[in-house]
Order: sequence, then C-alpha cells, then structure tokens
Amino acid sequence: MTGSALQKDRAAPIVEVQGLSIGFAGANGDKPIVTDFDLTIRPGECVALVGESGSGKSITARSLLNLAGEGARTAARRFVIKGRDARNFSEADWRKLRGTVTGLVMQDALVSLDPLRTIGQEVAEVISSHRILTNPGAIRDRTLETLGKVGIPNPADRALQYAHQLSGGLRQRALIASAIAADPDLIIADEPTTSLDVTVQAQVLHVLAERIREGAGLLLISHDLAVVAGIADRVIVMRDGRVVDSGPTRDVLTHPRHPYTRQLIAAIPSGQSRGSRLASARFELGAADPAAIAIVREPLPQRRAAGEVVLEVEGIAKSFVAPKAAGRAKSVVLQDISFDVRVGEVVGIVGESGSGKSTCAKIVLGLLPPDEGEVRLLGQPWSSVAEAHRRRLRRKLQYIPQDALSSFDPRYRVSDIIAENLPRSDSRIARLDRIVSLLELVGLNADHLNRLPRSLSGGQRQRVSIARALAAEPAVIVCDEPVSALDICIQAQVLDLLTELQSRLGTALLFISHDLGVIEHLCDRVLVFQNGRIVEQGDAGAVLKHPRHAYTQSLLASVPDIRRGLGTGLAAAHA
Amino acid sequence: MTAPSHRAFDTAVPLEAPEDLAGLEASPAAAAIGVRRRLPPGLILSGIFVAVLIAASIAPSVFTHFDPLVGDFSEGLKPPGWVHLFGTDRLGRDVFARTIFGTRYSLLIGFGGVAVGLGAGIVLGIIAGQRNRILDEAVSRLFDMLSSFPGVLLAMLIVTFLGQGMLNIAIAVGIAGIPKFGRVVRAQTQLIRDADYVTQAAIYGLSRWQVFIRHVLPNVLVAIPIIATVYIGSTILIVSGLSFLGLGPQPPTPEWGVMLAESRDVLRVAWWPGVFPGVAITATVIAFSVIGNHLQQRFEGRLA
Repeated sequence: MTGSALQKDRAAPIVEVQGLSIGFAGANGDKPIVTDFDLTIRPGECVALVGESGSGKSITARSLLNLAGEGARTAARRFVIKGRDARNFSEADWRKLRGTVTGLVMQDALVSLDPLRTIGQEVAEVISSHRILTNPGAIRDRTLETLGKVGIPNPADRALQYAHQLSGGLRQRALIASAIAADPDLIIADEPTTSLDVTVQAQVLHVLAERIREGAGLLLISHDLAVVAGIADRVIVMRDGRVVDSGPTRDVLTHPRHPYTRQLIAAIPSGQSRGSRLASARFELGAADPAAIAIVREPLPQRRAAGEVVLEVEGIAKSFVAPKAAGRAKSVVLQDISFDVRVGEVVGIVGESGSGKSTCAKIVLGLLPPDEGEVRLLGQPWSSVAEAHRRRLRRKLQYIPQDALSSFDPRYRVSDIIAENLPRSDSRIARLDRIVSLLELVGLNADHLNRLPRSLSGGQRQRVSIARALAAEPAVIVCDEPVSALDICIQAQVLDLLTELQSRLGTALLFISHDLGVIEHLCDRVLVFQNGRIVEQGDAGAVLKHPRHAYTQSLLASVPDIRRGLGTGLAAAHA
Repeated sequence: MTAPSHRAFDTAVPLEAPEDLAGLEASPAAAAIGVRRRLPPGLILSGIFVAVLIAASIAPSVFTHFDPLVGDFSEGLKPPGWVHLFGTDRLGRDVFARTIFGTRYSLLIGFGGVAVGLGAGIVLGIIAGQRNRILDEAVSRLFDMLSSFPGVLLAMLIVTFLGQGMLNIAIAVGIAGIPKFGRVVRAQTQLIRDADYVTQAAIYGLSRWQVFIRHVLPNVLVAIPIIATVYIGSTILIVSGLSFLGLGPQPPTPEWGVMLAESRDVLRVAWWPGVFPGVAITATVIAFSVIGNHLQQRFEGRLA
C-alpha cells in the first residue's frame, strides 16, 4: 500500500487544479457557485468527490471537461491537464481532450446512450472519431476488447444490442466502455452506481477499480460514503460549493475534522444506530483512547411491543402475460408470498429491482388484484372484495411513496393535500386545526399551509407526505422507498421522524427499501425477496447479521460498508 | 489572479444553475422567482396586435369615421393616402374602415369555431381517455375519420348541409377542429389518469367519480386555454378561406375573406383592396400562433 502510494506520488499528475471557481452569468447574484477548489489526480489514483445535491460536485467535475453548462464562467489559479495549461484552451482543444484524456461516465446509462445505436456502434464511434484506429476491422476488434474489459459477457453478441435491451448493470458497463474506449488517462464517474442494485453496484465498482489498477485516474462523484470508502485513495467533501474536508480516505472517514463530515458519517443508518436518533448523532473523542472516535447518539423513545395482527398476506401470487406481439409470454412476478404485520411493528421488505417488492406493495394497497391468495386488513377480507367494499376501510391503510412530489395534485396547496385525507364530517375550523397540528407533528408549521409542493424541498415534501398519511389515522402505512431519493442528512431527519411517530402512535409500517442499512436501523422484522419469492424472513437483526440463505448472504456481501471498505473497525457507542 | 475564462460566453442564462444553487432545505421556487427573463419582442408585438384586434372588434368606430358599407362611387379605387389610409375599393368604400369592421367577424367566428370544437373535443377526448378500450377505439376512429378530410373541405361539406351564415360556419369549422382538440384531451386524460396523485387519491378511498371530478378533470382542463390559443389562428384562416369561397357571411359584409373575394376583379389595377385584408389575416394568424406557442413552451411539463 505505502509502496504504491509513493509511486503514485511520483507520477506526473493527470489533472492539477488550484483555486478553481465556477459561476454562471446572471445567476446567484453573479457570485461563483463553486469557489477555491483544489484537485490533483495522478495515474492509478482514485479521488472521490462527496457532497449532497446542490453542493456543486457535478458542476466541478464537469468543468474538468469544460462541460459545466452553457454560460458557465470558470477561473483558476492553476488548471493543468496532462502538462498543458487548460485555461487558454479553445473549444477544439477541449473536444480533442474529451474521450482521449478524460472520459465521462454518467449516472443514467439509459439516457446517456443513444437509443438508435447499438452499444457496439456507441463504443466504436469513440474510437473512430478520435482517429485512434481507422481500419474497420481493427476498430471492431478494439470495440469488442473494450466491451470485454468492462466485464460484458459475449461481447460479440452484446455489441449488436441496443441500450434498452440490456439490464441496468450491463448498460452501465456499456457506458463505461464508451468512456474508456479511447483509453483516457482520467475517468470521471458521476454517481455511476446510484440507480443500481447493490450486487450490480459491486460489479460496476469492480470494473472501475480494475481501470485504476491499469493506471487510469478516477474522479468518482458520489453521495455514498460507503462506496467511496471501498475504492477511493483520497476524499474531497464539498458543501455549498466549497471544500470543507479533504485528505486520504481513511483519515477523512475515521477522523473527520469538519463538523459537516462528522455529521455526514454519523447520520448513516445501520444496525448500530438502531433505537437512536440519526440527525443528532455526533462524533466524540473517546475518553480512554484519544485515537478512538466514537459516534454518540441520543436514544429514541421506547418502541411498543407488537400487538395483534393488522395486515395478513396469505399465499399471494401474481403473474403478467405479455401482449400478443411479445408472444404472450407469462412472467411470474410473485409466488406464494405470506407474511403478517402487527400493531406497532415495522416490517421491512428488501430485494433487488424486479424482485416483486413494488408489485407486492400494490397488491397490499388494493390497487392490483392477486391471482391467488388473499390479503386481509384488520381481520376483514381486503383483496377478495370489490373496491366499493374496500373503500370504507381504505383510511386504515395509507401509503408513503418514494416520489412525494408526483403524488401531490399539482394544483393543490399543502393544506388541500392534507385536508383531502381528513374525515369530511369535520367542520372547516376543526379541519384547519387538525392540519396545523399534523404539520407540527412532522416538523412543519402553519406557514407551510399555503405553499405549493413544488416550492418545498425534498425533505419537506416527504414530511407533507407523512402528514397526509397520518391524517387518516391509519393502522398500517406502506412506505415504498420513502427516503431513497433524499440526501443523507435529510434522510436521517425523515427516518428519525418516522421512527418517533411510529413508536408514539403505534402505527404499523410495511417498509420497502433496497438500503439494508435503513432496514436494519428501522425494522423489527425483515422479508428478503428474490425473484418474487420470500427467501428468508425473521428478526431484522438476526437475518442481517447471520443470514442463512445464500441470496441474503450475497446481498449483504455486496453492500459497501465504511468499516469493511477501510478494513478497520469504527468504534460506536450509545449514549 | 483571476485567469481568463475558458471561453467567451454570451449572456445566456442557464436554466439549471439556480436549481443547483438551492441549498439543502432552500426552496427552488425562490430561485425560480429570482431570475426574471425578458419576454421576446415578437411576443410583445403579438400581444399588442391581439389587443388592438379585440379593441377593433368591440369598438371599431373609434378607429375610423368612415362607414364600412357605404362608399362614394366617385372615390372608387383610390390608392392609399392620408384620407383613405388603405385606399378605397371599387365601390369607393374605405378599405381601412372595412378591414377594422371586419375584425369582429373573423374573431367572432374564430372564437366560436374553437368553442364548438373544444366543447365537443373535450367531451369526446375525456370519454376516449378512460380505461374502456371499446369506447376509446370508437371515439378514436371517429377522430381519424374526421381528420382524414382536409379541414377546409370538411367545413365546406358541413356548410353545404347547414347552409350559409356566421353561426353555421362557426359550427362547421368547429366540427372540423374536433379531432385536433379531442386527441390532445385524450392524451392528457390518459397521462393524468395514470399519474401518481390519482393513484394516491384512490388510496384515500375516494370513489372513481370523485377522483375524476377533483383530480383528473381540473388537470386536463389546465391545458385548454393554451390549446385554444394555438388553434384560433388556424381556425381564422379556414374561416377566411370559406368566406372567400362565398360560404360565409355575404357581401357587403366587411369580412376579410369576403373582401379578398371582391378584390379579385380589380387586382390588376389596384392591389390595395386585396392586400390589406390579406395582411390582416396573416398577421392575426401569426400573432395568435406566437402567443399560443409561447404559452405552450412555458407551461410544458407543468401540466401533467
């Protein structure tokens, strides 16, 4: 490790930036959005750029390709790319640079790859347009070689496929292939694994790590500290366009200097944070051993013991038949799913995309009839009766979606959104009182009554969504990835709110998430879904610590973990 | 200290920049309000022109003291000048006065036609937009049938059945416009039918009818003023065409299409009786299209 680190230090940097500032004419009062940013990346080195949305990390990374956006004004004390001063580059100079010196991998491969071209054409174009090779045969060989390099099986067949015909993981790899086809010295990856399942994420990270070993530099932009811990040599933490913390990964993550970095690390949910608050968690120096830093957390109110069963799912199955054009192929989405949810209990559902989690949620919510089996709510038939009969019980079963904004009628104000879910028998004034008290319950106030959801932040929107669900005084709330679109600090606040309200009101939660940390932090019991079946279920702590099923084990092994990534123990203690 | 920027940039304001600035819990709306873009000059011009059109159709006598129907034979075919701004026609009538008085016919029939088309289009579009495949097929095929005729031809056919006159011509162009409006409303209905907030309303326990009245219908109708503005221009064009063919208001009514038809005989010796109403039609169509397109772009994406 130290030997290679020394070697890395000796090599000439691919990119060296000092005092970079980026602004947009006419925006932000003509003040720059990013200020005083320094970065050096050497061959074989990975630097991670971490920060919440709006911190300026993407714009900063893109400015290395002069792709910060139209009207961007960049200035730097020093801006050297491969030994050349980039401050005086013309657009033509930058174009030559893109692909050959720097390659960009974006988050969403489906929109980043041309839908009308095969991935082979996509990769070949990079090679031919930079005139690296001109012989069609050689371009073809190089294309297939590149596809193979990023771990795409049967490159010759896959090269003929379009982006939409590939799975998420293969698609992301094809995007990486097009970024590295011209053998760039530096790969810039902007949240390359954010929309991927953990097992696929692990594969993509492996491909990137392979490139680093081959001598490429990597600038990895991520909001996920655990991903960063496993791959980055150095970390730069950004907030509001400024670097607040930077240094070797291990130092930054185990001994964060800046309060913001500390908060970021302390707010990560896990088994250790169970029963305590996340948003107020803080780092503290150990009394005995000053080198050991502990996370101190405040406890949450005691949870009630689980009571009687409120939701029963018995042997449900669902399959979809493809339209005639697609050959009427039958695909089984759910098979023999049985579980129950009790009063005061949080039941988690984990699984990869396509495992049937969301279909299961739809059936539970009575939006989709099961082919077989039955759902019972509060001891009464639910899935087997007509919608008209379900309607009077509907208020007992509420829903918190991932994307709160799209679940609000765009014309409605916050007060209308919540009022719609209140009993209509109440008087206007009683309803207004109730709305205000619900808003206060979720940490908002009367000032938000007349706001349009569009004008609220992501965290506030999710709070309104929670208030709306609680307005019905439900027995069960189905939560479908309610925090996965939120930044870590906001996620911590919303999770704290959910757990606190849950323990105070005793509402049962059916909590769907792909994030095992969130599940372990929050859930009493967990159901592991794979290919439409429950492969393992039981106490959340037990299942996630000592998984018995091979799938759960591989799922857990794929989850990036700060401690494992650093190969060290991060001491944790409860206050 | 500050190095020259990478590239000389003009003053274009990026759309994403303010969003990116919005901090952790800061509201994106504040950023949206912060940047006020200047309206394009073409839009301002179109707005002023439409305002003048409306004023001219309400109170035409404010703009001219000439009678649009009575002319002095001795003053026939006078070129544009100080007394007769747009000159006079064969019968010595003031072309400017006739053009001004003609505004109300074009606008009235145009608006009337759009109203008829919209009314029927909304009802049929909403029916087609429901989850009933048979109804959708039936209505959509009706739209296909109507739109397989060119608009002018279909309107001509209908006028032949209904007879001439302003109301009939409005009904005729309205019917010809049904598939345009109907298809937009159908697509909008399908989009909103599947929106997350409609699903959410079902989870509240609202009945299908309640969900439709409260969430689907209002959000479908949000788009209507925009669609209407876009199509008013083309409707006015069809109306003028029908009048030109003698199917609309009859002479001596100072309708623009009628004026064009009357000017044909004298076009060799006098260009003004034809060119001015022609320009009026063109400018009106362009003005409405510019405003409509602007509204459409502005509210794009906000409607669903």
